[in-house]
Amino acid sequence: MLEKFPAWRFRYENITRTRVSDSPLSIAELRQLVAGGAATQADPRPADAWRRGGLARGQLHEIYAAEDADGPAAIGFAVAVALAAGALPVLWLRTEGHEAATGRLHATGLLELGLAPDALLLVVVPDEDAALRTAADAARCAGLGTLLVESRGRAPGLDLTATRRLMLAAEASGVTVLSVRVGAAVCPSAAATRWAVAACPSTALAADAPGAPAFEIECLRRRGGPAGTRARVEWNRDDRCFDDPSSYQAPLAGAGVPLAVGGPAARRPAAPVRRAG
Amino acid sequence: MDRLRADRPHLFVGRGEQPLALTERVGGAIRLAALDRSALLAGLVPGLTLADARARVPELEVFEADPHADHAWLERLADGCARYTPTVSLAPPDTLLLDIAGCTHAFEGERFLAADVEGRLARRGVIARHAFGDTPEVAHALARYAGAPAPDEKGAVRRLPVAALGLDADDTAALVAAGLKTVGDVMARPLSGLAARFGEEAATAVRRLSGDTRAPVAARRVAIPVVVERRFAEPIARTEFALAVIAELAGEAADMLEQRREGGRRWEARLFRADGQVQRLRVETARPTRDVAALMRLFAERIDALADPLDPGFGYDLIRLGVVLAERLEGSQLKLEGGHVRAKDREGEVGALVDRLSTRLGRGRVRRFAPRESHIPEQAELMLPAAQAPSPAPDWLATEPGEPPLRPIYLFDPPQPIDSIAAETPDGPPARFRWRRAVHDVARAEGPERIAGEWWRRHDAPVPTRDYFRVEDRRGRRYWIFRHGLYAETERPRWYVHGLFA
Repeated sequence: MLEKFPAWRFRYENITRTRVSDSPLSIAELRQLVAGGAATQADPRPADAWRRGGLARGQLHEIYAAEDADGPAAIGFAVAVALAAGALPVLWLRTEGHEAATGRLHATGLLELGLAPDALLLVVVPDEDAALRTAADAARCAGLGTLLVESRGRAPGLDLTATRRLMLAAEASGVTVLSVRVGAAVCPSAAATRWAVAACPSTALAADAPGAPAFEIECLRRRGGPAGTRARVEWNRDDRCFDDPSSYQAPLAGAGVPLAVGGPAARRPAAPVRRAG
Repeated sequence: MDRLRADRPHLFVGRGEQPLALTERVGGAIRLAALDRSALLAGLVPGLTLADARARVPELEVFEADPHADHAWLERLADGCARYTPTVSLAPPDTLLLDIAGCTHAFEGERFLAADVEGRLARRGVIARHAFGDTPEVAHALARYAGAPAPDEKGAVRRLPVAALGLDADDTAALVAAGLKTVGDVMARPLSGLAARFGEEAATAVRRLSGDTRAPVAARRVAIPVVVERRFAEPIARTEFALAVIAELAGEAADMLEQRREGGRRWEARLFRADGQVQRLRVETARPTRDVAALMRLFAERIDALADPLDPGFGYDLIRLGVVLAERLEGSQLKLEGGHVRAKDREGEVGALVDRLSTRLGRGRVRRFAPRESHIPEQAELMLPAAQAPSPAPDWLATEPGEPPLRPIYLFDPPQPIDSIAAETPDGPPARFRWRRAVHDVARAEGPERIAGEWWRRHDAPVPTRDYFRVEDRRGRRYWIFRHGLYAETERPRWYVHGLFA
């Protein structure tokens, strides 16, 4: 058929050529470009004002849980920060003590925060010394996006020297290092910013169901800038950004649900019905 | 007995040629299991009770036999013998079989090889006898029951005592009583009669010694695809030199792998110490590699992570590097300017980090997640070592846009019990619960999400159904709690917290 209609063949070849010339830039790279670009440009959302000038990539940031029971909130916030900056993959470093105290990581839950399991490496070390050594190594690996160090209790090893080292490694490699500290008193460090995070009641969905993860954050310290900003933020997994809880609106049943690419709308289940009681 | 002398020399300091015996407990009596040369000369035989032996030779020194330690020691000797041939097999309690076919070129003939083995063992205080044979059984029998010299192997076998057949004591005694004193005598008789009288295994034993059939040799190790080694005339006594040699060997191995268009995933360096000890270093990479520099970093990590540091002792006289597992790896291409290699580079860097951490901390500590087909939350995912080859992109369930997270980020396994202290509506969440000594007032809740047990797996005991609730307390902390069992199923169902939400 192609031989019979030269015009067809011409078009066919044209298409092929276009595809070939496009191929070197993979989808993953495009995604990365998009994510990186979004993080660097001035964010138009007023809700993200608290973030301006803080939580830059390639630096060490400390995230303290306000109380012991706010540990999951602090971790959730750290994951959200990594996702908002598009700094993937994530290497998650925790000690065996954590596995006992807070349970193990649940990949399905992290996926529902937006962190795909493919972009997650979990390293469980026996003690704090090993954690520090591993952190120093991982912070130098430019292939990583984020290094998330979970520590519990006083962690005397994370002193001024160790944090300075992490900060230097992060600046050299471009890896964002997030040190999440639960049950620790604030101690001096070389981190670029320091935050206190507490859980905060979420915006209720229909039938009083708990909504998207909400955090109450306070900037305790910012190098070369004012600190003390307080904000209530809600994590929006679908847009990978933080929302102002007051502007959040529960999706109406059946309305405003975007069409999935490549799947007919009929195959999607109906908008979820909330159950309570 | 040689093991005792080698391992615990302090026991023998200041003692002369005292007769020595090892004992074992047979039934209620303590009997002699093994004797040294002077004890044999004093007229003792294995199997004698200890009391009798003491009466005959009062100065007899006695130790308890330890077959497990003997076996472990034999294993260690076998490791040391891997310098001669890759196929070494054990014949407990006291024999090593080396398959030296094609392995003698380094020693100018089998006699020199045997002399080298005996010399090495003698330096460690081990008295060894050796014999060559066409089949492992012949060699084994000749070594154990060396008889009068004979012109050839067949003749030597014929002159062996019937005990060399390896039959049990009663059968051997019966053969001797029948006037058949040597293996040759037995071979001269028709096999059918032997089989009728003493069973099929007796006939098999004779056939094996005459070389008609052979038993399979169970080699201790499988052959390794790529092996390179370096022998030293003078043992090297420093770890740095040993590492430099390993680097050279790795370069050679990489060249060989490149010709085969393969890359190594698992590498093993064996350091043979002059005194017969063998030290093994294993490293593993997530993807096939021929990169010597990366490999040497891994070996350095491995040495750092060793529980007891590498001890050259008297020095290493043979270093061998083997690629235990090789996989397809196409030839690498030189990087061109301006190519899109960035994404690949980053991936490679993460891979190198994974290898390094897996080597230092252990494979099981660096993990990736993989889904598993189960709807029981704690069984729905696996943690696999990240050093394993990445499997095809796993299918995780997609998340619903607009939905809050329905699964927690932390999961307790096993779930932690809580006290539901406020009145609850049937099929509803508790209004208040106590967990870890703190009381939580439930402000918001959603549920139940009912997850039934896997009733198709267990038929004997029904697994209670779980009703899951997402609850949020007044402070905004979110928990995943469940009631274990329906009210219809159990009298007083218990409550558990199973996970924590961000």
